Amino acid sequence: MLTIRDLHVRGGGHEILRGIDLSIDAGEVHAIMGPNGSGKSTLARVLAGHPEYEVTAGDVRYQGEDLLAMDPETRARAGVFMAFQYPVEIPGVNNAYFLKAALNAVRKHRGQDELDAMEFMSLVRDRMKLLDIDQALLNRPVNEGFSGGEKKRNEIFQMAVLEPTLAILDETDSGLDIDALKIVAQGVNEMRSPERALLLVTHYQRLLNYIVPDVVHVLTEGRIVRSGGKELALELEEKGYVGLEEAPAARA
Amino acid sequence: MATVINPAGAYTAAFRRLAARVAATQPDWVTRRRQRAIDTFERLGFPTTRDEEWRFTNVTPIAETEFVPAGDALAAGNPPAVESFRLPMATAELVFVNGRYASALSKVGSLPPGARVESLASALTSHASELEQHLAHVAEFERQAFVALNTALWTDGVFVSVPAGTVLQSPVHIMFVSTGIRQQKSDTAGGCAAITHPRVLVLAGRDSQFSIVESYLGASDGRYFTNAVTEIVLGDQALVEHYKLQAERDISYHMATIRAVAASNATFRSHSIGFGGALVRNDVVATLSGEGAECTLNGLDFADGTRLVDNHTMIDHAKPHCSSRELYKVILADRARAVFNGKIVVRPDAQKTDAKQTNKALLLSEDAQINTKPQLEIFANDVKCTHGAAVGQMDEDALFYLRARGLALRDAREFLIHAFAGEVLNKMPLEALRDRADAELLRQLTRSGAGR
Repeated sequence: MLTIRDLHVRGGGHEILRGIDLSIDAGEVHAIMGPNGSGKSTLARVLAGHPEYEVTAGDVRYQGEDLLAMDPETRARAGVFMAFQYPVEIPGVNNAYFLKAALNAVRKHRGQDELDAMEFMSLVRDRMKLLDIDQALLNRPVNEGFSGGEKKRNEIFQMAVLEPTLAILDETDSGLDIDALKIVAQGVNEMRSPERALLLVTHYQRLLNYIVPDVVHVLTEGRIVRSGGKELALELEEKGYVGLEEAPAARA
Repeated sequence: MATVINPAGAYTAAFRRLAARVAATQPDWVTRRRQRAIDTFERLGFPTTRDEEWRFTNVTPIAETEFVPAGDALAAGNPPAVESFRLPMATAELVFVNGRYASALSKVGSLPPGARVESLASALTSHASELEQHLAHVAEFERQAFVALNTALWTDGVFVSVPAGTVLQSPVHIMFVSTGIRQQKSDTAGGCAAITHPRVLVLAGRDSQFSIVESYLGASDGRYFTNAVTEIVLGDQALVEHYKLQAERDISYHMATIRAVAASNATFRSHSIGFGGALVRNDVVATLSGEGAECTLNGLDFADGTRLVDNHTMIDHAKPHCSSRELYKVILADRARAVFNGKIVVRPDAQKTDAKQTNKALLLSEDAQINTKPQLEIFANDVKCTHGAAVGQMDEDALFYLRARGLALRDAREFLIHAFAGEVLNKMPLEALRDRADAELLRQLTRSGAGR
């Protein structure tokens, strides 16, 4: 579903990604782990189309198409979803109104009919239960005044409504207490399906206790230095990232 | 001092013609006030950018244009724009086409006993004493050239009087429609354009409550100049919600003064929404003349192209325990310019004043520009006054967030512009007008391509 070849990315005057190779198939869950500054969030944001980065070399194919040639909204409509590490507060834009516009943009792209207000609300109520989202949150401006946990849950709630094909979770676990983490993980696990791929970007192994990955990659200094099964995460938890730079890079 | 620019004494000539026509019908006090106003105007001339109050707003295009009274130059008719701007729920709806009262287009339903909504010209005979007491006594013109011009040359407008304790459940709607004069190829650079001087006087009796909406619109591609003055007098505990929706044509000029005086515990709320005009200036001046009076001044403007919109507001805290809230926002595209000058005066005995002023500008282009200036003059020591100004461009992070969920760039921009505008529009209790302003903003954005 997603094939990244030799991806080099610059941002803020520095080379952040220095040759990423990664391949994810439908139905798989991959985790990318790495220390702060390793470039893992950059990878997530580049895949979502953030304009602040410059791709200097490499190629990304999503369902056979050139992902990097698409603008952010085209990617989203084609089924790429990134849960933001720092969801943006947008005063004055109603959460429900925004989500309905987003869903209808995606549905239109898929050749589905747009949902009216009633149909949208019945879909949304169902997903709200899954993420334990309060109705009041839906009627507030997007992310404005939300607690850290509410913002993260709102991201996964959006994902549950938009039903992407490729979901990228950028440090969704950071800032969550254990109860919130369990709710978020449960929501993500409900989304696992043979047609859908998940890429989890995280600093800590903790999340992976609840969302068990098929493949774990270790990213340091802009390169994937190791790849392995879910047990690699446990090894990292034990030994830390130090010393991994010298290990031979394995290709997934 | 301002320089007098007065093409061929056109205004003095217009004044003489008007004086000759109305001499027999208007009361002497009106004649005297008109005379004093034209004398003042001749002394002041048009303001120039050397005048601090007009530093960023050059009115030369107005000073150099020869205007003819719209009512003399143009037929009344029934411009189609009138129908789309009607407020069906209005208690009374008075329509003026090119400055003339169009009774066939207007309707005044049944009003509570003692309440009056009628053309100002007819009120001159029916309510002479009320008019004499207030007309041209609320809006000072000694240093205001455009107010002086209006005071000298007004021909009609609206008189609203709501007696003590009376509540109007639905708004009074006043529409000023201009069709303008189409340019001919033979015209000189300054050309010829139509002028109107709409005049509104609103008297809100003690404990009365009502809403009043002024809509200004252009109905063709012709050129014109609207020079409006509105005077509002609020008695004790009165509440007046004043709305102004300015949707003039982009080649028109619009100069307007709203002057309100609020007595003890009265509440004056002004919502000023502006979308049109090549050169626009609004002066909103509120005096809190009784203890416990409150005022809210809100404004939202959109300008594109090379248009200029200038909002000058002044809140005069003359007595203790008064509060004021002010929020002015402007959205600028292309090479449009805006000026905001918010003056708050707190008089020596106006203790416990609570004043808050905010001005925000959203610049949609690198070439758009705003000059913003808070001006606090505080002569009392136990007061709370805050002010803030923010000028910014579209929030790129928010834009990316919306796009990352599938919204087209154009829609994402529109969402954010609407959100910016919503802070002002959502403060308007009159839902029909809120929806109209919202729709008009969308139409303007689409037309100008500023949402792109």
